[in-house]
Amino acid sequence: MRKKMLLPLLALLYSLPAISQGYKVGDKATDFKLKNIDGKYVSMSDYASAKGFIVIFTCNHCPFSVAYEDRIIEIDLKYKELGYPVIAINPNDPVQVPADSYDEMIKRAADKGFTFPYLIDEGQQVYPAYGATRTPHVYILNKENDGLIVAYIGAIDDNHQDVKAVKSRYLEDAVNALMMGEKPAVDFTKAVGCSIKKAAN
Amino acid sequence: MKTFFAAILLVLSVMTLSARDIRVVDYNQLKPYLEKKNDTIYVVNFWATWCLPCVKEMPYFQKIHDQFAGRGVKVLLVSLDFVNHIDSRLKPFIQKHQLTPEVIVLNDPDANSWISQVNPAWSGALPATLVYDRQSADFYEKSFTYEELEQIVKQKLENK
Repeated sequence: MRKKMLLPLLALLYSLPAISQGYKVGDKATDFKLKNIDGKYVSMSDYASAKGFIVIFTCNHCPFSVAYEDRIIEIDLKYKELGYPVIAINPNDPVQVPADSYDEMIKRAADKGFTFPYLIDEGQQVYPAYGATRTPHVYILNKENDGLIVAYIGAIDDNHQDVKAVKSRYLEDAVNALMMGEKPAVDFTKAVGCSIKKAAN
Repeated sequence: MKTFFAAILLVLSVMTLSARDIRVVDYNQLKPYLEKKNDTIYVVNFWATWCLPCVKEMPYFQKIHDQFAGRGVKVLLVSLDFVNHIDSRLKPFIQKHQLTPEVIVLNDPDANSWISQVNPAWSGALPATLVYDRQSADFYEKSFTYEELEQIVKQKLENK
């Protein structure tokens, strides 16, 4: 009897660190309801016909994010037609980084002509649930029978500095695989980025 | 005449010092700096001038360098500034803050190939710091207070 009690307890203990570190590929992602730059709230459940989502944690101030802005627009234009729209989320605390305030997000999106929702993670609940640590940080979600499944976590491609020198388009390769009904060959990559700025307690 | 040449030489040498050339390396060239096996304790900070928390903690690394250089501690500042910003941003920053530890620029865009080699726990976010000696290596993906950093270095010195 005692052993029977112990097993679920152990399982619970082992699963705790995994929860605090966010999602791994294969995990089910939860939906969110966050304010967009147009003042409206956006959830993934709003997109009835989407096959999945390209969720990108990004921001205004980080040079790596800035370097990828044009590429993110291109990716959104290409893939939302195919059922995988981009949803960008700014996870930074605007008190820590005034350049990432809601008003500055509105300005930046207008200047660059963002074609995708640019949401603010008010209360900073969403980025820790996903396990995002830096900007930009990509999570590709695939709509499956039992919900939105994390199919890829990581970088957009392998060269932030020079789009012409890119050899591996990790994000696009992953979405292309999903559209073929396959699992991405590369489902996890790392990139240098700006740490996400947490509100002071 | 002699003093004139001496003065010229002095001016020239000061100019070279102020415009000190910064080594630009790829990961394979950086690697030897991360795995030296000698009596020194290495504090390797990955940073960039555009990284706000990195800039905030930069004086602490300078202070570690000032306090512990004579006790076998070497601070290495690995900048991830973009190469085309070395002259316009990095060098002025070094000069403004009078940074004296060695600064190297890591220019290796395929970061996925090397981030886990620095440490498997590193997600790629800046700042990040590796403190190592011949016995062990500790990795931190976080910002420090001076006291925290000093404590880590002192601990390593005690264990030497």
